Amino acid sequence: MIAHYGYQDAEGEFFITIDTDRCGRCDGKPCVAACPRGVFTVEEDPYGDTVVAVDDRRRKRLRYECAGCKPAGDRPSLPCVRACPWGAMTHSW
Amino acid sequence: MMMAPRQEYWRWAEGSWADPDRHWKDARVVTLGIDVGSVSSEAVVCLDGELYAFSTVRTAAGSVESAENAMKGVFERTGLRFDDIHYVVGTGYGRVNLPFAHKAITEIACHGRGANYMGGPSVRTILDMGGQDCKAIRVDERGKVTNFLMNDKCAAGTGRGMEVIADLLEVPIEELGPRSFDIDEEPAAVSDVCVVFAKSEAMARLKDGWSKNKVIAAYCRAMAERVAALLQRVGVEPEFFITGGISKNIGVVRRIEEIIGVKALPTPYDTQIAGALGAALFAHALYLKARGKPQAA
Repeated sequence: MIAHYGYQDAEGEFFITIDTDRCGRCDGKPCVAACPRGVFTVEEDPYGDTVVAVDDRRRKRLRYECAGCKPAGDRPSLPCVRACPWGAMTHSW
Repeated sequence: MMMAPRQEYWRWAEGSWADPDRHWKDARVVTLGIDVGSVSSEAVVCLDGELYAFSTVRTAAGSVESAENAMKGVFERTGLRFDDIHYVVGTGYGRVNLPFAHKAITEIACHGRGANYMGGPSVRTILDMGGQDCKAIRVDERGKVTNFLMNDKCAAGTGRGMEVIADLLEVPIEELGPRSFDIDEEPAAVSDVCVVFAKSEAMARLKDGWSKNKVIAAYCRAMAERVAALLQRVGVEPEFFITGGISKNIGVVRRIEEIIGVKALPTPYDTQIAGALGAALFAHALYLKARGKPQAA
């Protein structure tokens, strides 16, 4: 399943996309610990797979939650994306 | 001086239904799905995995109260009691607060399952236009979600936005869709990024001399453009199915179809109950699974 967490508003589209089929194969879920803002949580999806999701409390503030990892100049690869061994995560902005 | 009570143009009809040709006492498994949404709450009863009865009410201040109101409607209609139900699944915005539900399942998964039942296994893309959010969902032939996106940051493109416009224009909400076609020329959309901006813009257009119908058309187009953008993010594959209260607004539905170039699948069912129906179908599968009779959950 491709899960898009985030929102679209007057400022643009701010979605973190997780491929839960890939995510479900990962035991350690290192992206959760890699995020300095605690954006991610681990949950069981409706089909019984244990996957990473964006925390409900942070879903509508992603632009601001992720801002620290997205400087305007030279942008390093994102800690969450870098930590994911399965390449299951992307950001839309 | 007594003031006449103000008409509530946004208020949609609550109601209940039960299949007159069936009786729950003849069923082996009776399951209940409860969808507590931000604007409406629905209770659906399935007998052996088939739709039997439902009730739709306006969501109250609390999730439990809303669920109880919805259940009361379906119980009064059918003569069922809570003790007659084998398994209960809660879904929707208030699903985590339902102490009597055996399990809570996301509304994304429940709408996928409900749309699969209503539209059949050929349904691949679902648009749920709810009270305060909008979801674009892709499913497989069993109704299992393969791709989804939910936008609940803003009321634009949701039922609440439509209620605001109904009240502003003093037009009953069920008349908005048909009246949006009673115009000489399709107007440009009003703001589609914020319901407050859209309301201000609608008021400005009225002052410019636009007819109410033209303003309604501009708002319906704004909603259609907004949700079409969400749909395009997950990709549209026929068959296309629309659930949620706004699916009853033909003015929005026809404009979405025009933008994405795909017709929505017709259905005899009330698509507002898709989430609760999906929950009741999950409840049926989960009950059988718990009893050692595996079903696709």
